[in-house]
Parts: sequence; structure tokens; C-alpha cells
Amino acid sequence: MSISVKDVEHVANLARLALTEAEKEQFAGQLSAILKYAEKLNELNTDGIEPTSHVLPLYNVMREDEVKPSLPHAKVMANAPEEEDGQFKVPSVLE
Amino acid sequence: MSLLNQRLREVHHLLSRKELSVTELVDASFKRIAETEERIGAFLTLDEEGARKTARQLDEGSAEGAGLLYGLPVGIKDNIVTEGLRTTCASKFLANYNPIYDATVVTKLKEARTVTVGKLNMDEFAMGGSNENSAFHTTRNPWDTERVPGGSSGGSAAAVAAGQVYFALGSDTGGSIRQPAAYCGVVGLKPTYGLVSRFGLVAFASSLDQIGPITKNVEDAAFALQAIAGHDERDSTSANVEIPDYAAALTGEVKGMRIGVPKEYLGKGIDPKVKERVLEALKTFESLGAVWEEISLPHTEYAVATYYLLASSEASSNLARFDGVRYGVRADNPENLLDLYRRSRSEGFGNEVKRRIMLGTYALSSGYYDAYYKKAQQVRTLIKRDFDQAFEKYDLIIGPTAPTTAFRIGEQVNDPLTMYLNDICTIPVSLAGVPAISIPCGLADGLPVGLQIIGKPFDEASVLRAAHAFESHTDHHKLRPAL
Repeated sequence: MSISVKDVEHVANLARLALTEAEKEQFAGQLSAILKYAEKLNELNTDGIEPTSHVLPLYNVMREDEVKPSLPHAKVMANAPEEEDGQFKVPSVLE
Repeated sequence: MSLLNQRLREVHHLLSRKELSVTELVDASFKRIAETEERIGAFLTLDEEGARKTARQLDEGSAEGAGLLYGLPVGIKDNIVTEGLRTTCASKFLANYNPIYDATVVTKLKEARTVTVGKLNMDEFAMGGSNENSAFHTTRNPWDTERVPGGSSGGSAAAVAAGQVYFALGSDTGGSIRQPAAYCGVVGLKPTYGLVSRFGLVAFASSLDQIGPITKNVEDAAFALQAIAGHDERDSTSANVEIPDYAAALTGEVKGMRIGVPKEYLGKGIDPKVKERVLEALKTFESLGAVWEEISLPHTEYAVATYYLLASSEASSNLARFDGVRYGVRADNPENLLDLYRRSRSEGFGNEVKRRIMLGTYALSSGYYDAYYKKAQQVRTLIKRDFDQAFEKYDLIIGPTAPTTAFRIGEQVNDPLTMYLNDICTIPVSLAGVPAISIPCGLADGLPVGLQIIGKPFDEASVLRAAHAFESHTDHHKLRPAL
């Protein structure tokens, strides 16, 4: 699988990354090499093999729906880059 | 011998009788840091004021009922959150991040009355095997400061090897505790997936991440694991299993133990001198009455590709939380919300992190999901079956931790694929979720070699027992770098 600069731009958009032209070139080459290496997996026939998402025999972990204390609001806001009236501030989304 | 190099039991004896104060021990730790840190660079943040305050409080109180970890100076990998103590994941993105709560393992260490000395360097977001991916500086190997300490828990391993802290916590996703422990000549234990709570561990690849101790000897690893293992309702993937007395498992007895030695771990790409040390270690086990045979884990050669697809996919999802809104870096003067996300992330993340986010996003993207992500999950099943089958016949699997000793700083930095292949012996174990320890088994050209002992799920006791028996009959773990 060869990854073009155009592919890189598409994936960077999905990943919310703004890459420089040099980064795009670099990643196109490196991702192509890594994916070529990953094609090794196609040597294996995996028809009918269950995928493993993690190794524990755990499914849904439930607990009683009890109210427990949350983190204090002021503390949660302490690391916010921009805040107004106790809320995280972002650029306006609606025109 | 420095206090920081003594066995935990001995130091505990002094501390619990107040023959040695916690303040004196913490002084020794900071003195050693002052002597060595300029050359090693193990820490990202030191908390001398906080550590001295904790030490004073412990000294003023009673040592009655003090557990074995009472008063010990410890270091914490910088992807484990510590309330009020800067936690960066070695990323510019979190350069000024001050956590508002403690990770469960940190709470448990505080309950055991340890003293946190500081936060240890790592590859950014735990992505890397050399510490060269830290956004701040590269930690150096105490055995040879021109070489890497390994990674991603390189700061943790280097700090313990240099005698700066008594022990350290690291995290292991594909080898990040074991490989740096091997490179730095110390003991590193990756517990079974789910044994130790990850609440407060900044997530890299959630189906693989696990916290474990890095120590100077196996007994200390057993004590440290005892303190941090156990179910936590705040981590839904934490296993609800009974925790045995790990120190009680250290009987020195390995007679009749059955050991499988995968031929794939001693084949192509393994440094002949590393192989020699491993074969010598197997002779030691033989002399202690264990029996070993060559076995095959046939899907080993597919593990690295499987791992990089799965871990990067999970990382691309986990790292989506770094959006520049609630914490961390925010780009100046964003044009709109999308621009804020894109530029904040691009300014905050380093090259390797971007590369893995890109790889993971690609593997999960429409049209490629089945070919890459699902395929890798299926191969993971085959890799896990290799281990299940081997453990039907053998109690333990033993091999090298890493194919080589520590490499030179800069040697592999421009070649991600070669860098990934350093993890060939640790990655399959992570994919199978089983426990493994790396212990020193001698030197090759003056650099430490790690022996990896792998056990059945939740059978840390047998892993520790075998490691301890080996250590009791050899002196490799007593070797210290001349710093």
C-alpha cells in the first residue's frame, strides 16, 4: 500500500492535525513503509477467527446508579486555557 | 554502600525502628540526584519541597504499623497523574498541566506512606523505546551516557539504576517497563493486563496499557506490586481477582518447574552475546532443578505489525481528547473551532505521536478498517493462542527482553520501523496480556542484558518465584553502573 500526499491530507483532516508540507512528505513515505510491513499479516488466513479487542473475559461492567461526589467545578476549570463564567470558552461555532 | 542501594528489608528495618529518619533517606535521594542528574536527566519535575514536607510529617508521626514501603523515596512516570504535581506525559501539549486528582496507584503509594520525589521522563505519551521522543530532553543510560536508557519508561529505569530513588513506577504497553529495565540493568515487572488499576494513567492503548514497578531486585518488585495491585471500581477493566502474598511466593524453589524457550526469541536479529547470556541463565535454572525445552510461538513474527496497528488505532482515539479546550495547549487566535483543534494539536504533539495518530486514523478509516484494524485483532487472537497452548505444557516462558543491549542516542531516530523491531520479544507478551518480568542476567560489552520471564495470566507469583530463585544464585543484579 503506497500512501500519497493526498491520502496524508485526508487522514490529517480526519485526525484534526494541520501538517506542514515537509511533514506530509515525510509521513507519506514512512506510513507507506509501515503499512507495507503490516501487509505481512495477509500471509495468515484469519477466516472465522474471532477478533480480540482485549484479553479479559469482561463484558459490561455495571454498578448501582448511586449519586457520588464529582470533582469540584472550580478545580475542573483550573487547567482551562480559556474560561468564562465557569465554562470552557471556544470560538463561536455559529455564524 | 549508599542507602538507596540497600535491600528494601534492610532499609525498612532501620526506618521502622526510627534508627534512620525518613528525612535522612530523602536527603540521600536528593543528594544522589544532585550528583547525577546533570548527566542522567531522569526527571521532568522534582518536588523537593513536597518530598521534604512529607518526610517531616512521617518523622513526626509514629512508625508503628509501618508497611514495608514506609518512608521510601519513589519516582513516578510522568503519564501517571499526581494531584498538584505537574504531569506532562513528556509532551509540550501538557507542559503546564496540573492534575486535580491522584491516580489510584499514587493513592495506594501514599497510603503505604512512600515519599514522591518527582516525575520521571519518558517518550511522549509513552510512544517510543528510547526516550528520544520526550519533548523536553533525552534521558541517558547510567551505564553509558552516550546510550539511550530505553523506553518509554526510560526515566524510571535510569533513576533506579542511578540510585536516585528507591523504586519507580512505569507503564508498559508493548515493552515500556521491561525494555528500559533491561537496558539499565534493573528489574521491571509488567503485571497481567487488569491486575493494576489504570485510573489516572493517561491512556495510550487501552487494551494493552498496564502499570508496574521498576526496582533493584526481585523481592522489592514483589513488595511494590503488593502495594499497587488490586481491583478498582474506577477502572472498569480492572480485574476482580484475589491478590496473593507475592513475597510468600519467593521460596527459592524452582525444582521441577517446566520452562518453554521460544526459538523465535533466540533466532534472527538477536545479538549473539545477548543469546549467550540467556543460555547461561537457562543453565542456572537447570542447575536449580527446573527443566527447559525449546518451543515455538509460531505467530511471533506477526506481533510487531499487529501491535503497531492496534496500539496506534487505540492511540488515535484516546488522543482525540487533546483538543485545546479543557486543558493543555491552545493555539493563538483561532479562526474557528476546527482551526483551534488542528493547530493546538499540531503545535502540542511531537513527530512520533503525530505519526502514530496518522497510522491509527488510517487503519480505522472507512474502507481500511477490515483490512488493517480487524485483521490485526484476528491475528492478536492467534498470538494469544500461541501462549495459551504453550502454558498448557509449561509453567513459564523464558527468553531475552530485548534483542540487543542499549543502542546509541541518535542511532535509530530516523528509522521508525527499525526502532519498532526492538520490541519484538516484549510485544507478543503484551498482546497476550500475560505477566512478565525483566531481570539482569549479565553484561555484554559492559552493557546490561535483560532476561524475560513470562507467566500465565495472574500468575505473577510464579514469575517472581523463578526470578527470585535466579537472582539468589547469581550476582548480576548487584552490578551497578560506575557513575
